[in-house]
Amino acid sequence: MSLLTVKENIGMVNNSNTDMASLVQANKNIVFDTKDLNLWYGETHALKDINLKINEKEVTAIIGPSGCGKSTYLKTLNRMVELVPTVRTTGEITYKGQSILDKSFKVENLRTRVGMVFQKPNPFPKSIYDNIAYGPRIHGIRNKKILDEIVEKSLRGAYIWDEVKDRLKENAYGLSGGQQQRLCIARTLAIEPDVILMDEPTSALDPKSTLKIEDLVQELKKDYSIIIVTHNMQQAARISDRTAFFLNGEVVEFDVTDTIFTKPTDNRTEDYISGRFG
Amino acid sequence: MKYLNAEQVTKRMDGRIAKNNILKVLFLLATLFGLIVLAILIYRVVVDSIGWIDWNFLTGRQSTDAERAGIMGALLGTLWMMLVVAPVTLILGIGTAIYLELYAKKGRLQSIIQTNIANLAGVPSIVYGILGLTIFVRAMEMGNIILAGGLTLSLLILPIVIVAAQEAIRAVPGFLSEASYGMGATKWQTIKNVILPAALPGMLTGAILALSRAIGETAPLTVIGIPALIIPFPEGIFDKFTALPMQIYYWTIDSSLVAEYANLAAGTIIVLLILLFVLNSAAIFIRNKFQQRF
Ligand SMILES: Nc1ncnc2c1ncn2[C@@H]1O[C@H](COP(=O)(O)OP(=O)(O)OP(=O)(O)O)[C@@H](O)[C@H]1O
Ligand SMILES: [Mg+2]
Repeated sequence: MSLLTVKENIGMVNNSNTDMASLVQANKNIVFDTKDLNLWYGETHALKDINLKINEKEVTAIIGPSGCGKSTYLKTLNRMVELVPTVRTTGEITYKGQSILDKSFKVENLRTRVGMVFQKPNPFPKSIYDNIAYGPRIHGIRNKKILDEIVEKSLRGAYIWDEVKDRLKENAYGLSGGQQQRLCIARTLAIEPDVILMDEPTSALDPKSTLKIEDLVQELKKDYSIIIVTHNMQQAARISDRTAFFLNGEVVEFDVTDTIFTKPTDNRTEDYISGRFG
Repeated sequence: MKYLNAEQVTKRMDGRIAKNNILKVLFLLATLFGLIVLAILIYRVVVDSIGWIDWNFLTGRQSTDAERAGIMGALLGTLWMMLVVAPVTLILGIGTAIYLELYAKKGRLQSIIQTNIANLAGVPSIVYGILGLTIFVRAMEMGNIILAGGLTLSLLILPIVIVAAQEAIRAVPGFLSEASYGMGATKWQTIKNVILPAALPGMLTGAILALSRAIGETAPLTVIGIPALIIPFPEGIFDKFTALPMQIYYWTIDSSLVAEYANLAAGTIIVLLILLFVLNSAAIFIRNKFQQRF
């Protein structure tokens, strides 16, 4: 893909959506502040001295070649990375001012505030209804009426309500891949998080489902802070406010998306987004 | 330049195909050998038992008189014993599997336990009999009651149940538990709501197959001293008892004294085989019916 097509796409986004210039000045709250984060898988040094401030109610895209640490960074933000027993971290991440890497910070609390959507749609082998109700139920909601309301609200929020409202009792695996992924987004909305982490949420989907999810992300950022990993440059350009470019476990450049894609300061960023490597 | 010479390849083709056909026949013979021996065995048993399996045989009490002898006592003994074995092995087996797979830190201790469980599965059943005799019958002073027999057989099949349950847990895809953890579920909530429902069909199938092994076990029961002749029916797990395989064992041994005992043994074998067949069908049914698809 050439730099030119990306620029054209940005033009589109600018006209229809956000005014980049005002965005830069806007005094947004910081939701995640990462300071000198280092992470090792055993001997593999996967994240090196990461420093990033992520704004509230924005879409932050993370781009970079395969194996550069994008997923690892994302999973550090909700501490899912701890499921790998060999993981070791140093440095600090604060979520709204609270230090979250501390063992005393309950991961269960963190993960109800910071939801996650995975690369491959991963519904439970349960009914559509039970998939959405899963989160509320584990957090103690038993009342059928409240659950019904949450299910409908979440499915509407993920723009899939009309497609599934007559088949809530059916198994989620009867849905198409794109529907499954929107179901998973709805399932995340049901825990009413502040942040939604998305790891290449459209890489397993066809172009039409991809567009639906991109539109959805645009809607969701009114209420949620979204951090999205993507290999699709145009997608990053289309939907994100800020973009971080990762390379070999380091943040090479982090800036307003417009700047990253039109006048990046680092040569490596330009090489990557113009498709010269990665 | 080409490495494969088409002419040469064609020339060797016949030889390759012939070799393939010969091996096919050899493997078929290997399969037939087992099947034929099994067929002969069943044929002999069926022929021997013809005319002997009747209502009185199924519901009657034990007796030295071949014409009057029945297997109800042994059948009840076996069923009561399974009533001990099934819950004990399921609870201990699934509990151990959950601990080892989901809670225990992967390390030296865990791998030592793991290796030992695998080894225990290979220990001869008579050794478990000795263990049962020492612990349950003598040290705990139970005597040779159903509970003692059931606990002994539980020990025997526990390693198999544990390993089967572990495999069932490992077969649950990681992306399902990740989805659960990702929403703030605790480990136990994830196990209860996601991992166990997905793993349970596999666990139950493994447990039922292990149970059908326990039903046929004779050696451990011989060692803990199950008597040859018990007239009253067992009415609970604290009663003395005999079991189907014991019945077969004694009747077979004593067929040198009373020839008809051989027919009684054959009839008992048929009943035992039907019981095993029912159990294995249940295992297959559970696997097909409740297996979740993702
Ligand atoms: N569970 C793990 N154990 C050991 N090393 C790991 C593990 N997961 C990731 N790594 C290593 O950490 C580095 C970063 O991996 P990560 O998955 O974060 O890359 P990524 O940027 O998401 O790549 P991709 O675009 O292919 O998804 C890689 O070198 C990878 O091999
Ligand atoms: Mg990744």
